Amino acid sequence: MGRTIRVEVNGKTHECEVEPRTLLVHFLREELELTGTNVGCETSLCGACTVLIDGESVRACTQLAVQADGCSITTIEGLGSEHDLHPLQQGFWDEHGLQCGYCTPGMIMAAADLLGQNADPSEAEIRTALKGNVCRCTGYHNIVRAVQSAAKRMAGAAS
Amino acid sequence: MSGVIGSSVKRREDPALITGKGSYTDDLKVAGMVHAAIVRSPYAHARVTEIDTEAARAMPGVLAVFTGKDLVKGKAGGVVPTGWLLPDIKTPAHPLLATETVRYVGDGVAVVVATDRYLARDAADAVVVEFDPLDAVTDPLAATAADAPQLHDDAPSNTSFDWELGDSSKTDAAFAAAARTARVELRNNRLIPHAIEPRAALADYNAATGNLTLHMTTQNPHLQRLLMTLASMGMPEHKIRVVAPEVGGGFGSKIHHYPDEAIASWCSIQLGRPVKWVATRSEANQTDAHGRDHVSIAEIALDDDHKIIGLRVQTWAAMGAYLSTFAPAVPTYLYGTLLSGQYDIPAIHVHVLGTFTNTAPVDAYRGAGRPEATFVVERLLDAAADVCGLDPAEIRRHNFVQPDQFPYPTQVALEYDSGNYEPALDKALDLAGYKALRTEQAARRDDASKPLLGIGLSSYIEACGLAPSQVVGSLGAQAGLWESARVRVHPTGSVSIFTGASSHGQGHHTTFSQIVADKLDIDVEQVEVIQGDTDKVQFGMGTYGSRSLAVGGSALVKSLEKVIAKGRKIAAHMLEAAEDDVVFEKGAYRVAGAPARKKTWGEVVLMAYLAHDMPEGIEPGLEESTFYDPSNFVYPFGTHIAVVEIDRDTGEVTLDRYIAVDDCGNLINPMIVSGQVHGGIAQGVGQALWEEGVYDESGQLVTATLLDYALPRAHRLPSFETAHTITPCPHNPLGVKGIGEAGAIASPAAVTNAVVDALSHLGVKHLDMPLTPERVWRAMANASAQGDA
Amino acid sequence: MFPTAFDYHRAESVDEALRLLREHEDAKLLAGGHSLLPMMKLRLAAPEVVIDIGRIASLRGPHATADGVRIGSLTTHHALATDPMVAERAPLVAEAAAHIADPAVRHRGTIGGNIAHADPASDLPAVLVALGASVHITGNEGSRQVAASDFFTGLLETDLDEHELLTAIDVPMQSSAGVCYAKHEHPASGYAVVGAAAVVVMEGGQCTEARLAWNGVAAVPPVADLSSLIGTAVDDEAIAAALADWSTDDPLGDLHASGDYRLHLARVYGRRALACARDRANA
Repeated sequence: MGRTIRVEVNGKTHECEVEPRTLLVHFLREELELTGTNVGCETSLCGACTVLIDGESVRACTQLAVQADGCSITTIEGLGSEHDLHPLQQGFWDEHGLQCGYCTPGMIMAAADLLGQNADPSEAEIRTALKGNVCRCTGYHNIVRAVQSAAKRMAGAAS
Repeated sequence: MSGVIGSSVKRREDPALITGKGSYTDDLKVAGMVHAAIVRSPYAHARVTEIDTEAARAMPGVLAVFTGKDLVKGKAGGVVPTGWLLPDIKTPAHPLLATETVRYVGDGVAVVVATDRYLARDAADAVVVEFDPLDAVTDPLAATAADAPQLHDDAPSNTSFDWELGDSSKTDAAFAAAARTARVELRNNRLIPHAIEPRAALADYNAATGNLTLHMTTQNPHLQRLLMTLASMGMPEHKIRVVAPEVGGGFGSKIHHYPDEAIASWCSIQLGRPVKWVATRSEANQTDAHGRDHVSIAEIALDDDHKIIGLRVQTWAAMGAYLSTFAPAVPTYLYGTLLSGQYDIPAIHVHVLGTFTNTAPVDAYRGAGRPEATFVVERLLDAAADVCGLDPAEIRRHNFVQPDQFPYPTQVALEYDSGNYEPALDKALDLAGYKALRTEQAARRDDASKPLLGIGLSSYIEACGLAPSQVVGSLGAQAGLWESARVRVHPTGSVSIFTGASSHGQGHHTTFSQIVADKLDIDVEQVEVIQGDTDKVQFGMGTYGSRSLAVGGSALVKSLEKVIAKGRKIAAHMLEAAEDDVVFEKGAYRVAGAPARKKTWGEVVLMAYLAHDMPEGIEPGLEESTFYDPSNFVYPFGTHIAVVEIDRDTGEVTLDRYIAVDDCGNLINPMIVSGQVHGGIAQGVGQALWEEGVYDESGQLVTATLLDYALPRAHRLPSFETAHTITPCPHNPLGVKGIGEAGAIASPAAVTNAVVDALSHLGVKHLDMPLTPERVWRAMANASAQGDA
Repeated sequence: MFPTAFDYHRAESVDEALRLLREHEDAKLLAGGHSLLPMMKLRLAAPEVVIDIGRIASLRGPHATADGVRIGSLTTHHALATDPMVAERAPLVAEAAAHIADPAVRHRGTIGGNIAHADPASDLPAVLVALGASVHITGNEGSRQVAASDFFTGLLETDLDEHELLTAIDVPMQSSAGVCYAKHEHPASGYAVVGAAAVVVMEGGQCTEARLAWNGVAAVPPVADLSSLIGTAVDDEAIAAALADWSTDDPLGDLHASGDYRLHLARVYGRRALACARDRANA
């Protein structure tokens, strides 16, 4: 039995019928074809599927699509584009904050949540905020620098 | 752009990956696509007595259910092969789906295809399989016991191979004559790779053409295709196209040929529809080839001048239930050959038993044999320092192979091409502030209010750039290990290169572009790097064993040299000059001594394609290829230092600092090199402190999900302190070695040595990884109990 | 990774939720989804009906009350960890909530879902027990209130009946208390191997009240007997003596920490939490 939901994703409103058991991440990837949000585990412990719902970081694998009814969702595709990179995307690029790139969208969304709450985080604060996002490639060293670089860029733009 | 080699060019692959536009296998969607789910054994060892698929077939959306018997009846019915053989090795057949016996939790018994992945999972759960459970064995040493459950009729004592290297009598004599000896009994913990992208495949068979296109998560598409033709699928090679789109990490786990991708292909052929299969995390953890899992007894012999005179190692290496693609090579030629480390050791003997266990197969995982070897050697060096009463740094320095000894033939079959070990050690000691750390350590021991401090060294060597073919062939490889590169210069001067290396995060697009840009003096943006597609790339061996730059990059340089040479012939003709008088510099062919007489790169390239006025005997076009087979491995080395703190009350270990000095020869892109070092360190620290793939006695995988398998996380690691020394490789054109695995090779020993060092005043001599708080706490508790007694 | 199929109902009110619970066999309540969905994804739970209570406004919180805080069951861990009113009036709840998992989980996980699931390794149960919190439950026969110490009845078991709804948690204010939550985090799951929740009230340099309970150690949060600390300055030696022989039957154990080791950790972290709470009480 399908259920109709209305969601705003990356500024665009979608009205879709979904099966209740459909996880939000599958809805985003398969119905809306926004495949930037990835799946890396099944226990809400890798963070690859992190998106923003109403501005807060959320695991899209631990939400039913029907729970997102009426919500505004931002995925990596909506954060910035190749022509207009978000400071975090720029930071990850500048500081070599990614290798295989699979964890990167979730990592960037988690970092966006952090910088939304704390514009000038310390290294320890960055590391703690990203504890739920696993990267197997970078050892996190350059991810920390990427977030610091983005914070600096955002502070510069704000002032 | 001369000078672009050696600069930290930002990665060209990143704009797609940071905007969500990277296209991984599960991102692909094609018309008519359906989904496969595999029914797996919940038992480690059992007879399959009956498989009832009726209920599953009747479920909504289900297109087909196949069992191993269907595969055997069908035209594939193949097996998963092993690609490395050893003398007298036992290679029991590994069917794509088990028909009579399952031998590990996760062994496939049936496959369901349905219209979406939820329905496929529902139907897979509805397949009723009756199992008759058998006893299981999961430990590589216990597997050899007389009363151990037997996995394969054709492998008595569960032994796949019994392999040795080195001179046993000379080594025994060294031990007999030794002034001091030390011994470490150790376990190298089983690891589950955890590329964050789980394995996946999209198989699309076109019945009209008979062509199969398989997009999959692989590090080596051509080898996958070859093994599908030779073993698993039996389809002609030219009818299969294997494509690796973006691949989300591999660390070795995506080298190997697994049943699942072949099963998806078989289903696509049967149904005439594209079939996608994607592993869940727990499926990946059950079936990805694991790493390590050794039990070893290691001994070192020293003379009264503290010189190492002998090294003796006995190892039991788990192979898992079946031999995976490169499995036999890992605990033999990638392990035993490295047991000389950085040291001048006159007698070495290693004996390895590869044993079958009721576990996932074990194969190459980042470092593959070399971390295990480094762990043995570097633990022994610390044990030797202890019995000799020397500082760990000094016993290493005292025994290094000296710069004038290169090329240095070891007692275990390798010839180190170049090296200069002492400067790397000194640089690491200097960066660490070693003396001050030792002072601090001593002070901490007397101040119970502070955590204990430990300092661990690991002076590693690795043999990588896996090749050359003749050598690996003589050692049992069933494939060559050269690499290819084709350089296609387009009429307007831009360049496409086709490399057999296959990046899955290493940044080949950037690094290889830099090489082209540097050699042809063009802009990096003028270069496109094409990889990971058997229909586009000539042939290639793929990316593993830190080989892409040393072997694939060398192939690229050779092709570029050929392109430049052909251009010189054309330019000389255009300039009416002798070919020998024409030089290529600053983007133009110039007459030596009259640099104003020149033809630009663009003019010469265009002429190659216009072919209006070519020198005699020169064909039109400008495209060259090379199949490069190096003359030796490359031998990166370095010294890493870990500084740990230990909570006296709980045994919790905190990695306080990590210093890495690596020598990987010349650097093409220092930023990418550092990234490789960081990632390798994190994985090795993970092995040392947190990670372990654990099976219980019945063979259940206890660590099937991230709830139980502890991966390194950001808040548990410090930033790393990295530096380099540079000793160029003497036998490849770029002077490069490899860096992809170094961090993972060095760090388990560095961290373990640091923890044991922190506890050494309590009499702790060795601890097995992972160094969990409980393990460390028990060691402290036992030590103090013994101290009180 | 793929839950089994179920019928989905969204309840707009507590009454509607109760009616749906009455009408459907094998129904589960869904709040933030962070306890239920992980179980469903692994197919360890396969309810035929899911009743989404996530939008019932009356279950939201937290609100200041005359003598503390009323935390609506839908209050997220993030709200608990960041709301200044909670930090002021129930600082131990705020401190422990900040230890739960990671930011993304805290944004959606709710206190009601968390304690109704009653995972003993979670960060809130011992905190509520140590604070003397009470749980508000509404069912067909009306509402009732249960002390947190009676609410948790076993491993993943509570006093909650299958036709009841957990609506709120009352946390009494401890204005003069020092509190502290000290946690040994599981390296894989991030749950508490041991989480010690301490409350210490000091008056004129002397302890008038001291409570300590633990997450992670046993199926329900064990509570220490701290009577020896009353009337003392709660110095480190007194704390050590109070916990020296502490133990509990049937400690939990897993790959990472055996029962024996957990008991040891409970004593160590218990000492640390008490010392920290004392210092905060004295500050």
